[in-house]
Amino acid sequence: MTTQYLILSGLLFAIGAMGVLIRRNAIVVFMCVELMLNACNLAFVTFARQVGNLEGQIIAFFVMVVAAAEVVVGLAIIVTIFRTRRSASVDDANLLKY
Amino acid sequence: MNGAIEAPTIEYGLLAPLLLVFGAAVIGVLVEAFAPRYLRKSIHVPLTLLSLAGGFALVLVQALRGSLPTTPAAMGAVAVDGPSLFIWGVILVLSFVCVLLINDEGHFVASAAAVPGSADEEEAETAGGGHTEVYPLVLFAVGGMMLFPAAHDLLTMFVGLEVMSLPLYLLCGLARRRRLLSQEASMKYFLLGAFSSAFFLYGMAMIYGYAGTVSLPGINQALSSGVLLDPLLLIGMALLGVGLLFKIGAAPFQAWKPDVYQGAPTPITALMASGTLVAAVGALLRVFWVGLGNLDWDWRPVMWGVAALTMLVGSILAITQTDIKRMLAYSSIAHAGFLLIGVMATFDSPAGNAGSLSAILFYLVVYGFTTVGAFAVVTIVRDPGGEAWHLSRWAGLGKRSPLLAGTFAFFLLAFAGIPLTSGFFGKYAVFTAALGSGAEVGDSLGGWMVGLVVLGVVASAVAAFFYVRVIVLMFFSDAAADGPSIAVPSTGTVAVISVAMLVTVGVGLFPQPVLDLANQAASGLFIR
Repeated sequence: MTTQYLILSGLLFAIGAMGVLIRRNAIVVFMCVELMLNACNLAFVTFARQVGNLEGQIIAFFVMVVAAAEVVVGLAIIVTIFRTRRSASVDDANLLKY
Repeated sequence: MNGAIEAPTIEYGLLAPLLLVFGAAVIGVLVEAFAPRYLRKSIHVPLTLLSLAGGFALVLVQALRGSLPTTPAAMGAVAVDGPSLFIWGVILVLSFVCVLLINDEGHFVASAAAVPGSADEEEAETAGGGHTEVYPLVLFAVGGMMLFPAAHDLLTMFVGLEVMSLPLYLLCGLARRRRLLSQEASMKYFLLGAFSSAFFLYGMAMIYGYAGTVSLPGINQALSSGVLLDPLLLIGMALLGVGLLFKIGAAPFQAWKPDVYQGAPTPITALMASGTLVAAVGALLRVFWVGLGNLDWDWRPVMWGVAALTMLVGSILAITQTDIKRMLAYSSIAHAGFLLIGVMATFDSPAGNAGSLSAILFYLVVYGFTTVGAFAVVTIVRDPGGEAWHLSRWAGLGKRSPLLAGTFAFFLLAFAGIPLTSGFFGKYAVFTAALGSGAEVGDSLGGWMVGLVVLGVVASAVAAFFYVRVIVLMFFSDAAADGPSIAVPSTGTVAVISVAMLVTVGVGLFPQPVLDLANQAASGLFIR
């Protein structure tokens, strides 16, 4: 019964990963990373059901806390960049190369 | 699922070094909240240095007491074994030294929130001060670096990874000069770091689905009785590998390293280049040797390719660099490749594995100190606009300041692995371990290991070319008329360079004490 959930989680993860690679706005890229983390949560909860212990569900809580901390740090960095450059596009940040 | 919840037992004594560093970080945050601005720095500096020194003392006490625990601490979350203690000690000393560099004036922006070039920024500059939040952030990062390689289950490892990374993302963006570069480095590091930790997490979910647990010995047990070609297991292993290899900067996940090393404030680069690499290699070893040890026939071929690519990319791309920090970043990538050779050198016998492990630990000490020393030199060669980043500006430095240039040349020779420097013994130990591992297996795989070592020697030779090029530039080129000035180094910076020099020369001449220490730490291998 858990297969569908795993497929959904795999799809969400793939959509998130594709989004990180092809979207240009740093905020959207970051949202896609969050989508990937949520796909992980779904996989954890599904597997917890499948193997019959609570570890996976507990891990999901930890992941939520870490994701929240990551949002704080990430938005701070992106907002600073936006204030400096008036743009949140990851293509505009191109001073460091080669 | 019914019944009372048992209270967990926490071995506070064993975890004391970790708790001390995290405790000091929390106190640092309180200082930030309640102490008046003019007092903050004078509270933070002793607090940070004392907690790191205290942590090191606690590690020493445990190491000297002899009887290491044979079971993990904190309900199986943290393994305080020989390798953990060794890595903790190395990280604490390296971060202590880096804090001395951080302590110097002029590396960090006065107000990170002020837009570069604005009136706000000027006002903050004239008001002086600067961000004292740097100190608690560094302590949190160091705490994460200690938790990451000592984690005994993947969840603790993930938390350690994030506690280590999140403060570093912020610290990267706080450079005082060339702030656009610094902010860009911070954003790139953050987005790529978050991306890679999502891979780590999905890999962890797959492994959990396969083994029903995320504890490393539990995974090992599931492997010894279960199907070894389960897709869940293979996908999980690959994704975990992506997350960990990203952190050590192995190719093809190395793209962030030059950008971040170049953009970040140099003391923070020194901390990342030494501490993060040490921690990440420790974690990589724990996952692949303890958790996935039974699967080494599956991961060694992949690791072979990654190690070969990493060494070649690191040493070949370094040749074309014109920025000194970027060049050192590529050199750090090449060294990650050399370390991966050691990670691959597994044996069937525990004694053989202990030999490889001690070679890796030795290499980490050697590389960590040399790299901190090199970045410390970079901080004091200055242009009017900050550090003299362009390599051409280093021309003729040997005539202007022979002592400093000589020191830097020595660090570069140690990176190259020239005999009589510590780097030589580091490489020698790792390559010998790899050859021994190849000889044990024999036939074709043994041949591949020999091939990898040959590739490592070739990569070292290529790397030696660009190290020597910098030395030639410093000693045999004419200095520009408006060449860089040598800032009068603070006592802290002098201490850092001296310590790094002492370790590089001392270990180069008498490697035995450090080798013995590494052997002793590795003798018990990881707790299972």
